[in-house]
Amino acid sequence: MAAPRESQSTRSPEPMAAVAASAAGPGTRAPAALALRVVAECGRSKARACELRLPHGTVATPVFMPVGTQGTMKGVTAAQLDSLGCRICLGNTYHLGMRPGPELIQKAGGLHGFMNWNQNLLTDSGGFQMVSLLALSEVTEEGVRFRSPYDGTEILLSPEKSVEIQNALGSDIMMQLDDVVSSTLTGSRVEEAMHRSIRWLDRCISANRRPDQQNLFAIIQGGLDPVLRSKCLEEMTKRDVPGFAIGGLSGGESKEQFWKMVTLSTDQLPREKPRYLMGVGYATDLVVCVALGCDMFDCVFPTRTARFGSALVPTGNLQLKKKQFAKDFQPIDEACTCPTCQRHTRAFLHALLHSNNTAALHHVTTHNIAYQLRLMDAIRTSIMEHRFPDFVRDFMKTMYGDLGRCPSWAVEALESVGIPLN
Amino acid sequence: MKLSLSKVAQGYRLGTLNNLGRKGDRTMEFPGCLLYTRTGSAPHLTHDTLQVISRVPVMTQLTLSSLAEHYEVLEEYKEGIGKFIGMPESMFYCSLHDPVNPCPAGYVTNKSVSVWGVGGRLEMTAAKFMSVQQALQPDWFQCLSDGEALCGEVFSAKRARKSVDRSLAFLDECLKLQEQSEVLRSCVMIGVIEGGDILEERLRSARETAKRPVGGFLLDGFHGDAMTKETRLQLISAVTAELPEDKPRLICGIGQPDEVLECIEAGVDLFESFFPYQVTERGCALSFSFDYQPNPEDTLLQQNGEKEEGEIGDCIDKVTTTKRVPETSFEINLKEKKYRDDFGPVVEGCSCYCCKNHSRAYVHHLLVTNELLAGVLLMIHNFQHYFGFFCAIREALRKDRLGQLKELICSS
Repeated sequence: MAAPRESQSTRSPEPMAAVAASAAGPGTRAPAALALRVVAECGRSKARACELRLPHGTVATPVFMPVGTQGTMKGVTAAQLDSLGCRICLGNTYHLGMRPGPELIQKAGGLHGFMNWNQNLLTDSGGFQMVSLLALSEVTEEGVRFRSPYDGTEILLSPEKSVEIQNALGSDIMMQLDDVVSSTLTGSRVEEAMHRSIRWLDRCISANRRPDQQNLFAIIQGGLDPVLRSKCLEEMTKRDVPGFAIGGLSGGESKEQFWKMVTLSTDQLPREKPRYLMGVGYATDLVVCVALGCDMFDCVFPTRTARFGSALVPTGNLQLKKKQFAKDFQPIDEACTCPTCQRHTRAFLHALLHSNNTAALHHVTTHNIAYQLRLMDAIRTSIMEHRFPDFVRDFMKTMYGDLGRCPSWAVEALESVGIPLN
Repeated sequence: MKLSLSKVAQGYRLGTLNNLGRKGDRTMEFPGCLLYTRTGSAPHLTHDTLQVISRVPVMTQLTLSSLAEHYEVLEEYKEGIGKFIGMPESMFYCSLHDPVNPCPAGYVTNKSVSVWGVGGRLEMTAAKFMSVQQALQPDWFQCLSDGEALCGEVFSAKRARKSVDRSLAFLDECLKLQEQSEVLRSCVMIGVIEGGDILEERLRSARETAKRPVGGFLLDGFHGDAMTKETRLQLISAVTAELPEDKPRLICGIGQPDEVLECIEAGVDLFESFFPYQVTERGCALSFSFDYQPNPEDTLLQQNGEKEEGEIGDCIDKVTTTKRVPETSFEINLKEKKYRDDFGPVVEGCSCYCCKNHSRAYVHHLLVTNELLAGVLLMIHNFQHYFGFFCAIREALRKDRLGQLKELICSS
């Protein structure tokens, strides 16, 4: 059995000394694995454009991170993902922890080595999957207890265990194990979960064996209760973590409640640390939440919807399997520079989607990832060029036809940060 | 099209087809294979992933069965199948059926042949068939033919005779229609040799088809288990002996390396590349060596690697999966547990994208978790390996080493 080979990439990650030197001010202690530089701020809203330096290279924010659940971006190769401009993507601790397991991945040189991805990786804690995927999981102070769906053995995912697995995966950013509750839940369980998440954050911080190479992010909880969420923010920002995620949203809550919690959270998060809004990926949501001060986003939506033949465009999406596209000889998007749009028509994709050739799915996946990355790039450029509010208005007009048809939650949210839509 | 032979010996031919393509400036070497596609796309592969493969054949095989149902779209598109599928640089051969998906028997009449698309059965009269070809505008196409010489599992002399008669009738009708269309006149018609396992019928089919102005010949009906290997090779040799030297001979349904070599020795020039696809679909990777002049050190390494593969315990250790087509000795099954922590490349010494960038352990993981990337990576490896094999064949013929290559392949 051969040992893992050297990575084939010609890109070498930024030497940690350089990152540390730029991050560490005078008199600070350990070298940091993350450094955020705010490059530009929108004069009106809370939007900002930053450079996020991580062990596997610099990431420009705002950034959308595609989700490669099981150590693969579905049918897209690592090389293709790299050439689309992706500099950070996600892997799922729960799935990879089950198969092939942390020991094997460690042997392979971490998740980077295993999937031969030389850019950045972010892993979640495994908590969300367990609660959402498993019928029988039980949360106690210890952790989340469940039965493996593969061999029935009882497993306890504790904060320590989650961090241990993520240390083995070697991701550049790892998430604390949080006590996840549905956003539509009210009552004492929400408060209990919020306090427990703080205690679990401290346990995760202690358990991180590689703080100089892996960044542990806190996840702000507190549901839809401003008092609870503020309390969580107050406590968690006391901890010295390199970044914060806004969690517990993007479930079944209304958009009105959603945006208010997002903006409340960014108001109380430090400026110099990245804000990661979990589970958000629809274009409108991305634009609005950038205005509300978020830097990082992830969502399975673009890649998942691709596999159903749905292509993302500035006006929404095209269900390419539908008859109306059978003789449509335009590319998915005239303005798109992705490989799919450069070479193929909607008509061809329509025909291919009705065959069993998986290439059809890969074409749409590639395009959807390109669409998301291009959107974030356009957002970022507009912030740097001090025209983000105009960008937002143009975006909304394109998406909704006329500004009067924009969803009211988005109108209110944007209004709240100084971007009226009229 | 002009065929140049650089060598003819022991039944085989080595040469090039020149002046191919729309501009008459393309060349194709033979023996060689065509790129297999499904609904106009290499399986699992987009342009980017197809590009990373070495020695992709200059001619792509399309199947009428997968494209006929898109006839109206293509008619409206007007620019031909190459541009429609995003492969404007390739040359195209359109076969009637897909070698991987056998079609139900009993749907050939004196007037029509049925093909089976996603939407169901499509009846092709000669007229319909030629209008579809007109919309496709391939460089070469297999003429409408009756490939059914079987009655159930067994060849029937009567049915074999009918397949020859019908195919000749279709050929004549299609040639007439070709004459009437400027577009079709620039496409090359490939005549189809039928006749089941009846020598007389095969010879008749060959002689009669050769009298017509076709650009090449397809030897049909030699795939499957209905014939013994001896009969198949005898008949192929007998057929090719009747065919003009200056036109290419294609065969369908033959893909296994040992069978490919046998057919080359019997006078066949061009093959399909569906076999690497079938290997991919069963989660396997082609691993047979075609390096008949190896470095002694490499041989030792390979032998050590192969030792483990021959163990009986393997069958029990495989992760359970429904096996469709049985595996051959030319491949390894990456779903086997022993690959779980094997961090070496799929095939040592292979320079394909998969082997340069990924490990057996990773591909194993992708297969176990049912990830789409498994198909992509295996297809890249399997195609590259297979195209490399054909390159080795030509090299061996050039250097008079066919015997050595045959020995190596048949001992796999």
